[in-house]
Amino acid sequence: MFRTALRNVLAHKARLLMTVLAVMLGVAFVSGTLVFTDTLSSAFRNQSAKSYDDVAVAVTTYADQNDAQQAGLSQKTLDRIAGLDGVASVTGRVDGFAGVAGPDGKLIGAGWSNKGSNFSPGKGGKDTAYDFVQGTGPVRDDQIALDKDTAAEGGYQVGERVRVATNGPVKEYTLAGVFTTDDGAVNAGGSLVLFDTPVAQALYLQPGYFTNLTVTAAPGADDDRILAAVQPLVPESATAQTGAALADEQAKAIEEGLSGLNQMLLGFAGIALFVGVFLISNTFTMLVAQRTKELALMRAVGASRKQITRSVLAEAGVVGLVASVVGFALGIGLAAGLRSGMAAFGMKVPEGALVIGTTPLIAALGVGVLITMLAAWLPGRRAARIPPVAAMSSVHAIATTKSLVVRNSIGAVITAVGAALIVVGASTGSDGRWTIAGGAFLALIGVIVLIPLLSRPVIALVRPLMVRAFGVSGKLAAQNAVRNPRRTGATASALAIGLTLVTGLSVLGVTVGAALDKMTTDQIKADYMVVMASGGDLDRSALTALEKAPGATAVSPQQAASFEIDGEWVSASAITPGDVERVLNVEVVDGSLASLGEGRMAVAEKTAGKQGWKVGDTLPVTFSDEKKGRLTLGAVYKDTEFLSPVLVDTKVVAPHEVKPFIPQIFVKMDGGETAANEKALVSALGDNPAISVMDKQDIRDEFGGMINMLLNIMYGLLAMALIIAVLGVVNTLAMSVFERQQEIGMLRAIGLDRRRVKRMVRLEAVVISVFGAVVGIGLGSFLGWAIGQTIKSSLPGYALVIPWDRIGIFLLLAALVGVLAAMWPARSAARLNMLNAIKAE
Amino acid sequence: MTTTPTAYRATAVAARATDLSKVYGQGETQVVALDRVTVDFHQGEFTAIMGPSGSGKSTLMHCVAGLDTFSGGSVRIGDTELGSLKDKQLTQLRRDKIGFIFQAFNLLPTLTAQENITLPMDIAGRKPDKEWVSKVIDMVGLSGRLSHRPAQLSGGQQQRVAVARALASRPEIIFGDEPTGNLDSRSGAEVLGFLRNSVRELGQTVVMVTHDPVAASYADRVIFLADGRIVDEMLHPTADGVLDRMKEFDAKGRTS
Repeated sequence: MFRTALRNVLAHKARLLMTVLAVMLGVAFVSGTLVFTDTLSSAFRNQSAKSYDDVAVAVTTYADQNDAQQAGLSQKTLDRIAGLDGVASVTGRVDGFAGVAGPDGKLIGAGWSNKGSNFSPGKGGKDTAYDFVQGTGPVRDDQIALDKDTAAEGGYQVGERVRVATNGPVKEYTLAGVFTTDDGAVNAGGSLVLFDTPVAQALYLQPGYFTNLTVTAAPGADDDRILAAVQPLVPESATAQTGAALADEQAKAIEEGLSGLNQMLLGFAGIALFVGVFLISNTFTMLVAQRTKELALMRAVGASRKQITRSVLAEAGVVGLVASVVGFALGIGLAAGLRSGMAAFGMKVPEGALVIGTTPLIAALGVGVLITMLAAWLPGRRAARIPPVAAMSSVHAIATTKSLVVRNSIGAVITAVGAALIVVGASTGSDGRWTIAGGAFLALIGVIVLIPLLSRPVIALVRPLMVRAFGVSGKLAAQNAVRNPRRTGATASALAIGLTLVTGLSVLGVTVGAALDKMTTDQIKADYMVVMASGGDLDRSALTALEKAPGATAVSPQQAASFEIDGEWVSASAITPGDVERVLNVEVVDGSLASLGEGRMAVAEKTAGKQGWKVGDTLPVTFSDEKKGRLTLGAVYKDTEFLSPVLVDTKVVAPHEVKPFIPQIFVKMDGGETAANEKALVSALGDNPAISVMDKQDIRDEFGGMINMLLNIMYGLLAMALIIAVLGVVNTLAMSVFERQQEIGMLRAIGLDRRRVKRMVRLEAVVISVFGAVVGIGLGSFLGWAIGQTIKSSLPGYALVIPWDRIGIFLLLAALVGVLAAMWPARSAARLNMLNAIKAE
Repeated sequence: MTTTPTAYRATAVAARATDLSKVYGQGETQVVALDRVTVDFHQGEFTAIMGPSGSGKSTLMHCVAGLDTFSGGSVRIGDTELGSLKDKQLTQLRRDKIGFIFQAFNLLPTLTAQENITLPMDIAGRKPDKEWVSKVIDMVGLSGRLSHRPAQLSGGQQQRVAVARALASRPEIIFGDEPTGNLDSRSGAEVLGFLRNSVRELGQTVVMVTHDPVAASYADRVIFLADGRIVDEMLHPTADGVLDRMKEFDAKGRTS
């Protein structure tokens, strides 16, 4: 039997091509992803192992200028460790944010990856972590050194002046040297500024203190023994580890970081394979149908049902194996491509060979072969049911309508249950999400089962339109499309699945985006929002600078604070009274915001209600430095996204905090949003490259940006589904053209010209693809609405938005899929040899 | 034998082949399917082309009907010379001037009988002449089955639909390729009767390839082909006469 299977594969090479392609694409994605992430993690692992190679013990703290409790590691601690047995040297590090201004005054790099640290020369005047390619390390307080790429990007030469911003005001330094380093963040595209140690300590912690220490061992000394000796010398809040342990930890962190990427890419592969199942199943169904007589003959001469099923499965196995092997090779190429692709997007990946492990190989082959055989299982079963007598009859066994009745009933039930679950989930509010997810899965399966049934009425609906627009080609195309509803259904499913996901997410994304947009425009009255590019907090000096800026009519920080009221921890916003209601939309329910000031506070409605606090109450308060006080409630305001549940004057918390934590400052300007006003603010801030002045559009983009990125990733997913859908449509049409040779020949004989034969095939493809798209868009919109219902309560200003423009584009893309997919089948239909085609069988 | 009864033919020529040759392959493997055949098909005449397998009878029909290209000579349908036509013009010519009936019926399974009958006009984008179409439908006796699809019709009924399709657009000439080959004798006789009636009553021109002497006896004239040449012709044939003539060829073939 296996030999027959093999022969069959060879005999139907061309017709199995699309199946092979689909499996290949899926497998390539799976193996490409695995090889890519393996390569990446091994490269990062090697790098971190290398950078901790010389480190015997590392001591780390989370010391912070804002935190009085954690002072960091003192010079004294460093000296004591340096005196231990077996210690060769100790290097102290202190680091934080440092942004470098380019020649245009703008920040170099992405904000979150701009680091500053200290230059810590050892005995020979060299810092082992940095190799200077030009100049020397900074040894005076007005000197810095820059990493090579940042220096190159800014066009800075040694001796030139460079503007560097840390959390405080921007300062100018002289570039003393340019270096290269193994530092992972720098190699991933960040920037690194080295200061003289006292400068860095003053900037980031306090003089004489470090955040980290790295200890190198003398030759022959044992790391663990050093660790044991170091441990008692460092404060409790610090962590001491051996270099090896640290390298391990970092490798693990890298792996975790990569697993997100891994899962996303595997998700794409999963979609590709899921969609591919329909294509494969379709192909085998058609192959079995074409071989009805042959299979019946085998049954007649004594083959058992099991043997027939097995021969079809064996055929699928061979196809799956071939496709998987090719797909795996393709996947390795894909991994290499992804790596260079990352480099092209500015993400630097450490060097290293591609890592091709056995896991990706086994996964690729396993997935490819299993998926193909699974998809061929039903057609195989159907093949086994062909009665031996079919060998004698001259007609092909036609798919019985009876089985469609069963199929439709099952599909209707599943769809109904799914839809009901979705509606129930949507009406239960934010807890209904899982119910909706389950319902969505069922509904999708149900619709796929029902698609053959749906195809008839939907296509019948567009038929008159097609007859009017395209005449006889349109009429024939519409009829051909519903001729084999199963096949049409399976083909359309590919697009339906992709478009369900993408439409659902588009509806949701656009709706949430619109709501967020409304929220920012409704809630923010300020013209500008000032933030750190690093995402960190602003220095107090920025607030003073903005208050003095010409044209600023209201300036209020959004200072975050927290304290205990009446034994209850609350987070509070410390603001400028009088200005806050001019930069934000604050709706006062009771009392007056004018009351804010020393010894006063305002509380949001929900919190006040929950705690039973009323205007006029005076409550005991414990501040973050453990000092006690009393605050009188002066106003109750409606909860808003932009304010914490408690409002106080900045003066109330100022005495209790080492350094205020100000994530953003809102500014209202005389004359509103103008280029001159923006310029006035930027120059008031001392042209600081690390501080961004955002206008309302920037603020909207900030909130909407994530959503757009997410949507774009999903559109990548659509692209994958589209590619497989094209293969599926090509497959179906090629089969149809092959089966209808005689008909097409007759049509040509009685006068249908080549152009219209092509058009007929093309239109059939377009009808099938657009049908799939319509089903997907319908289901997707429904899902988008349902999920939207669950987030409605947590998003003020929520209103469902159906993105008609995007849906229009999806439909156009689906039509394009049809046109593209029909190219080859339409050509072969038009080129058909008429005389061979019309010859009697 | 009276091979040139020209006096009988007062009517015009519907299709004419002159020195028509068709050669397949080259050199040693060369096969001459048609060897300088010259023949006229007259308007309002029912012609049958007969001959043993491989005699070139189907090739002759295909070339004259514009379905196949030829190697030499010329073919005219009405005033149109086929040799100079491109595929597109040939397609149009077939659509507008020629009707076809095939052995395997060749109906579109998705269309009803009525739609199949008017398909050539649909393709041409012409409104069918309703009166004429219903006359044709009446003649072939399909009035009650117009909304049926081919799968719901018997073989004979399907071929009657095919005959109606060929007649409905009032082509200048109808070609039939073994139109009774897939039918039992009764259904075959019916179809042949319709074809003869269309010639007698409607003045249609019909050319039919067949190997069945009984089918040929319905024609006004039989042309005999052997080895790519016209070897004989018979007017007002009878089944027995045609059979005898065929036997003669067979005997000749065996002795030569």
